[in-house]
Amino acid sequence: MNNKTLFISVAALIGLVFIGAVAIYKSQQSTSVASELLPALERIDAPVKGGKQAKVTIVEFFDPACGTCSQFYPLVNNLVKKYQGKVKVVMRYAPLHQGSNDVVKMLEAAHLQGQFWPAVELLFANQQRWVEHHVSNPTSALAGIKTLTLDHEQLDRDWQSSKVAKTIAKDIQDGKTLKVRATPQFFVNGKPLIIFGYDELAKLVEDAVSEAY
Amino acid sequence: MQNIDKASTMHSRSWNLVFLVWVLATSGTVISLFFSEIVQLPVCVLCWYQRIALYPLVIMLPLGLFPFEVNAIRYAMPLVIFGWLAALFHVLVVAGLIPEAAQPCVQGVPCSETHFTLFGFLNIPVMSLLTFTLIGLLLLMAKKSFTRTSTQTV
Repeated sequence: MNNKTLFISVAALIGLVFIGAVAIYKSQQSTSVASELLPALERIDAPVKGGKQAKVTIVEFFDPACGTCSQFYPLVNNLVKKYQGKVKVVMRYAPLHQGSNDVVKMLEAAHLQGQFWPAVELLFANQQRWVEHHVSNPTSALAGIKTLTLDHEQLDRDWQSSKVAKTIAKDIQDGKTLKVRATPQFFVNGKPLIIFGYDELAKLVEDAVSEAY
Repeated sequence: MQNIDKASTMHSRSWNLVFLVWVLATSGTVISLFFSEIVQLPVCVLCWYQRIALYPLVIMLPLGLFPFEVNAIRYAMPLVIFGWLAALFHVLVVAGLIPEAAQPCVQGVPCSETHFTLFGFLNIPVMSLLTFTLIGLLLLMAKKSFTRTSTQTV
């Protein structure tokens, strides 16, 4: 065989093996979370928005410092509004950015005063003020949260409490169990969003709604 | 006449070895892309350094194969040595022989974690180190067999 033919055939072979491996991998990937891992999706008292009796639950693992999470925030809100009463969203903490660990504790402390949603909305809207080069600045974040009407002293006590630390640790542990390596990570009724994108998420929710109702 | 025949077979031996290096580099590239883009395993900083050394070989070695150009081996060597050192460092980090503080990659994805292991010991950094070692050895052999041919024909 001449050298050029050899080169081209081997290159083609490697290409074909790659395409084949991708196809096999995709076909074997499960579309839902293994049943023994399902409990990791839930935590009682996690912040929720949407219909209480909703049969479709979006679980979102998020980091308040994550830009994509901030961009997805209104989109997820739209989904909850679109399927009024049928869809709810549960927020789980996944502080993957440096410094975010303290910021999610502050969010949880705000949640204890029933102010999670205003607080997270505020943090998302003003990310450039407290996130620099993907590093969270907890002091600036706290100053931001304190512009809301809530009990400041209670907030200070709570975010440094062991109770809040436990809650965050549970979310981080569950994130590890579910292999959450990037934020936002969505699960709709136990099915992970495999191909990331808003349209894909909307489709996953649409399918879950038509299945449940 | 006999000499020329011998020279051309030695020449083709050298060509074959460089071609084999290209096959290794390309397979390594494709496998690493499969794990990061399809399986979506996280890529740490040290992995990126090794990729920087490996990926260019896929493009530059064929230029040295058609037509055969022995200098390509010389151009490839610095990349291979750099990649080999990065891989060695990575293996030592994973093995815990290099302390946490000496790691360049605390932020983001920790390099000390591995996500994939074959046969109980073959994780991705080890595979990378083996690949770079093999590539280096094959290139040395290619160089040697070429020099031998050249001195014989002169």
